[in-house]
Amino acid sequence: MAKKTVPFQGTKEQEEKLLEMIRAHKGEKGALMPILQQAQDIYGYLPIEVQKIISDETGIPMERIYGVATFYAQFALQPKGKYRISVCLGTACYVKGSGQIYEKLQEILQIQGGECTPDGKFSLEACRCVGACGLAPVMMVNEDVHGRLTADDVQGIIDKYNA
Amino acid sequence: MENITIKINGMEVSAHAGSTILEAARGAGIDIPTLCFLKEINEIGACRICVVEVKGARSLVAACVYPINPGMEVFTNTPLVRESRKKTLELILSDHERKCLSCVRSDNCELQKLCKDLGVEDESMYDGAKNEYELDESAPHMIRDNNKCILCRRCVAVCDKVQGIAVIGANERGFKTHISSAFEMGLADTSCVSCGQCIVACPVGAIYEKDNTKEVLDAIADPDKFVVVQTAPAVRAGLGEEFGLPVGSSVEAQVEGKMAAALRRLGFDKVFDTNFSADLTIMEEAHEFLDRVKNGGKLPLITSCSPGWIKYCEHYFPDMTENLSSCKSPQQMFGATVKTYYAEKMGIDPKKIVSVSVMPCTAKKFEIGRDDQSAAGVPDVDISITTRELARMIKGAGLRFLDLPVEDFDDPLGEGTGAAVIFGATGGVMEAALRTAVEELTGEELKNLDFTDVRGVEGIKEASYDVAGMTVKVAIASGLGNARKLLNDVKDGKADYHFIEIMGCPGGCVNGGGQPHVPARFKNANDVRALRGKILYDYDAANPIRKSHENPQIKKVYDEFFGEPGSHKAHEILHTSYVKREINRIPD
Amino acid sequence: MKSLEELNAVHDNVKGLISLRLEGEADASTDGCRYHVLVCGGTGCTSSGSKQIIEKLNEEIAKNDIAKDVKVVQTGCHGLCALGPIMIVYPEGTFYSMISADDIPEIVSEHLANGRVVTRCVYDETITEDGFQSMHETNFYKKQNRVALRNCGLIDPENIDEYIARDGYQALAKVLKEMTPDDVVKCLLDSGLRGRGGGGFPTGRKWQLAMGNDADQKYVCCNADEGDPGAFMDRSVLEGDPHVVLEAMAIAGYVIGADQGYIYVRAEYPIAVDRLKIAIAQAREQGLLGKNIFGTDFNFDVDLRLGAGAFVCGEETALLTSIEGKRGEPHPRPPFPAVKGLWEKPTILNNVETYANIPQIILKGADWFASMGTEKSKGTKVFALGGKVNNVGLVEIPMGTTLREIVEEIGGGIPNGKKFKAAQTGGPSGGCISAENYDIPIDYDNLIAIGSMMGSGGLIVMDEDSCMVDIAKFFLEFTVDESCGKCTPCRIGTTRLLEMLNKISDGKATMEDLDKIEELAAYMKQNALCALGQTAANPVLSTIKNFRDEYVAHIVDKKCPAGVCKNLLTYSIDPEKCKGCTMCAKNCPAEAITGEKKKPHEIDPDKCLKCGVCMSKCKFDAIIRK
Repeated sequence: MAKKTVPFQGTKEQEEKLLEMIRAHKGEKGALMPILQQAQDIYGYLPIEVQKIISDETGIPMERIYGVATFYAQFALQPKGKYRISVCLGTACYVKGSGQIYEKLQEILQIQGGECTPDGKFSLEACRCVGACGLAPVMMVNEDVHGRLTADDVQGIIDKYNA
Repeated sequence: MENITIKINGMEVSAHAGSTILEAARGAGIDIPTLCFLKEINEIGACRICVVEVKGARSLVAACVYPINPGMEVFTNTPLVRESRKKTLELILSDHERKCLSCVRSDNCELQKLCKDLGVEDESMYDGAKNEYELDESAPHMIRDNNKCILCRRCVAVCDKVQGIAVIGANERGFKTHISSAFEMGLADTSCVSCGQCIVACPVGAIYEKDNTKEVLDAIADPDKFVVVQTAPAVRAGLGEEFGLPVGSSVEAQVEGKMAAALRRLGFDKVFDTNFSADLTIMEEAHEFLDRVKNGGKLPLITSCSPGWIKYCEHYFPDMTENLSSCKSPQQMFGATVKTYYAEKMGIDPKKIVSVSVMPCTAKKFEIGRDDQSAAGVPDVDISITTRELARMIKGAGLRFLDLPVEDFDDPLGEGTGAAVIFGATGGVMEAALRTAVEELTGEELKNLDFTDVRGVEGIKEASYDVAGMTVKVAIASGLGNARKLLNDVKDGKADYHFIEIMGCPGGCVNGGGQPHVPARFKNANDVRALRGKILYDYDAANPIRKSHENPQIKKVYDEFFGEPGSHKAHEILHTSYVKREINRIPD
Repeated sequence: MKSLEELNAVHDNVKGLISLRLEGEADASTDGCRYHVLVCGGTGCTSSGSKQIIEKLNEEIAKNDIAKDVKVVQTGCHGLCALGPIMIVYPEGTFYSMISADDIPEIVSEHLANGRVVTRCVYDETITEDGFQSMHETNFYKKQNRVALRNCGLIDPENIDEYIARDGYQALAKVLKEMTPDDVVKCLLDSGLRGRGGGGFPTGRKWQLAMGNDADQKYVCCNADEGDPGAFMDRSVLEGDPHVVLEAMAIAGYVIGADQGYIYVRAEYPIAVDRLKIAIAQAREQGLLGKNIFGTDFNFDVDLRLGAGAFVCGEETALLTSIEGKRGEPHPRPPFPAVKGLWEKPTILNNVETYANIPQIILKGADWFASMGTEKSKGTKVFALGGKVNNVGLVEIPMGTTLREIVEEIGGGIPNGKKFKAAQTGGPSGGCISAENYDIPIDYDNLIAIGSMMGSGGLIVMDEDSCMVDIAKFFLEFTVDESCGKCTPCRIGTTRLLEMLNKISDGKATMEDLDKIEELAAYMKQNALCALGQTAANPVLSTIKNFRDEYVAHIVDKKCPAGVCKNLLTYSIDPEKCKGCTMCAKNCPAEAITGEKKKPHEIDPDKCLKCGVCMSKCKFDAIIRK
């Protein structure tokens, strides 16, 4: 795994929240997944500083935590952009050309899938069906769905968030 | 357990209910090939080498984990089975760095053997994208080379399930799955204890000890250096395997004497025996124990011979480091004695002495670099090599090991007792200590020297002895998962022992991370720990002197140099200190 | 809820709340409303703006001062996602489709205030010469039979009363009061219900196995980790009718002797997760989950576990491992979960749609259920219909319906007059069904016989523009991404298979490669550890079987007949049609097009990137792609 981590900028508040959350799961069977999910909600991603706390508090070896964190696509070891763009490459979107949308985004943002622009503004990823097949092809920017897209629409959408 | 009958390749076979197909087939004289399977340790059915046909099943099944049931019909050698296994190997080879000629595991690689046995013709059949990894050379004792890893996960299972450490595991998923530590840290940055159990679990050349044989040979070739060597008790229980002797060959094979001869022919200036310092350890540790008992010192006293265990204790039970005996390990006591007593006696500058140890252990490579292990101002031990490395040196020098004459170790540090040689098996240190401590406490000669309660390969053993009006409770653990269980009981107040022996490796040093590789096929059907351990007990039985305090050279070294056990001088030279370590540390 | 009597009392109380929406029962309505406006709050319609519609509705209703006459209900999925957002006004059942918030003021003032339907917003298929017809008369709904989806789009999923009004929790009460576990198992066995998650294992048999194992603790789990790309059946049930799953799980708990259930649901389904949370809280509050349910000594509770983006967790052993908080890697069976499942305890795992059928089987009887479907596949099946079809959406059809009926009638055919080429079922584990099997009745066994499988119910339609090699690649890319990496055949095999397919679409393969692909695919089927790996090659095998010519065209002729595989395409300009407008040359990113103004242009094949921009820019249809 490439390491180009942005320096950790966790706050005291976040740490308190994390510790409180872990304590709330104490004694619960199989709590690692919910802990990781909620930790990611607190920090936006799961850097070593966060996984160390989880390991220290739960006694689960850090490697086992990291193994879980790198197994599931949802967990991020790198921070996400302010605007998280995900392009649906589910079948319905794919046959309607979402591949081109994805390529166009890489071209415009000058990043690959899974990466974040250096200014921290946009991160890009491909995703599986978001369930809006009727609107195919679809991309999401944070919670906003943009549907029935063509590659030509992409620049305009980016501009909107850049404004 | 009740037996059931199944058919294998058309023949009726009877096996215990609850057996796997693999076990039932073995009973019928058929070895189904395996790769990822390690009995009771790694039963995950992942590699798919052991697939067989079962009548009525939708697909092939993994014999290593598939339970038999009455009337089932199994086929272990059909064209489909053979072709499948071959393809599995070809796929593995397509993502394996095939530098077999220069591989440390060449000729004892389990993958290589399977390819040969199962008739792989085209190693590049499925060549395509390959994963490429940097080597992890951060730790002092070993190297991990994921380019050769076949993801059998035997190392992971041993590290996690047996040792309870889990500093390595599977990360990422799919084709990118690989074994590594959290955040791809080097092992040196983790709480790895250097036990090397992952090395002996690895079927291929993906994990191996750091080879220090060149440094040894260079020192030998340097006329300004005086090179002494010590060999640990367990080395003589394993070395013969490297030269074709069966696992657990008897003392009659004279491996000990041939080893001394081989070391001499390799050019060491003096060939000594760690058995000597094992006896020295007993003198000091028994004294320390009696002292703690009499003077209300910290109990239980826990042995300190095993550097893997010591590092484990420092990481995982830092509040118990005061329970550790302050005695250096036999390796370090030996090195310290060589560079003080022996150097003085022989008039050699300790700086010119190169102190080499041959150990069944990889953690010893870590131990020589610890703080507070330099009695003469220079490291007690300069180079520590494993049993495997010694075998490599012997082969490299063209010595026909089995044809070598039987020779003795050199005086004065070559003399060891039966009590010393059993250090290499779990319970051995305890038994040796008891032989000395009991006589010391009672002032009477022991009639029966065999403390059989503390022998055997069980992970946790306990016993109590009434000695001079006191009940001495002892416990023994080998393997760090067992150590954790035992110590948690002690911490929780569920157990109150006076004296505990802990060895980092299951079964003790005979099964150490530096011992010769044994194919899983053999390990799955035999207990290597017990077979090797038996050799040591045979050496003990055959030795006319079986109590450490009766070793004449030990008496001499106290008379001439240390004074008495626990003396100030002994403390300066033979004892050490410990540190407290974290489990998780963010590397700088 | 202390007793059945109490449930019945609640039922009688709330029944009238939804009568307005039920055909022929409008008179029994008790809530005093003239209209119920049902707005779809499924993921599809939410994405196209149904939340804003609800806000606007409330605003306009207040403005028109008709709040006491009109009740706005946010429901689950209606199925016709392509026409979303969907809004239905009862008691007439007026079906508004593809509306926007801007249409709302008019609909409120005209229809809800004055009883005049706003015809321009009404789904055209419901408009007849003499007025309007019920949505149930339209092609999309006519052949459907909603069993698992019976409450979806009809009730407010966030209101337990509406579920109880639809006989909710009656089945649980009946089971606890009147039936032994053996009775329930017999009923399920007789009904012929088979698992809707893919494998098709008889549900009654599964429960029976878990029932027979003594243990101090057992678990009931629900697989809501619907991962097939393009499938959203389970999501729709959870979003539209979450209580049905809780009720069925409680029944399962009673049968096998478990007091704890887990629903493993995709984190990518936030609406479903929210509604499940609400449903669990309401059920606990009503005593329908918890201790001493209906005054019996039966205890049962349910917790949610969120998936985290791993398709393999749809495999049962992987799912259970994931609930345990580990990497979701499958392990070999036996032991089956019914013997050794979650935390090594006997566990049953069924998928959402399976559970959704169970309360009705209990209430209406095994015979009723078995009367639907084919000989070995009883009941209905929900499909997520997608791809090149007009009515993209969710459909529930009796087993045995033909593919042609689904695509041509329910699906409204293929857009732009294109021809049906294939349908993909079973997701990455399934296969492509060619036109020659258009009329085969769809059930578990027929699909397997033609090289596909039921899967969880994704059904993707492809037209002549779809390249079958490309489709096989698409699914294999998916499995390569989603392989857990544990066993050799899947971890390395899928990657190698994809590499060989890439060779084909790059025009670099030989016919020997095709043999090698088939060999490797057959090997994976036999050797992989879990169903994901064993079926990973199905999309490849089924396309080779049904569309071999297309593979051969790629390999031998170096052509992609559908014009999809980039590296096999050449672009040229028809000099007859080219007007020399220069649009293509201006837009070509590779400057591969040259020509004088007003004279035919040319494409330099060495420079051409095959991006297709010229084609999209040409107004004269002069670009030829072959």
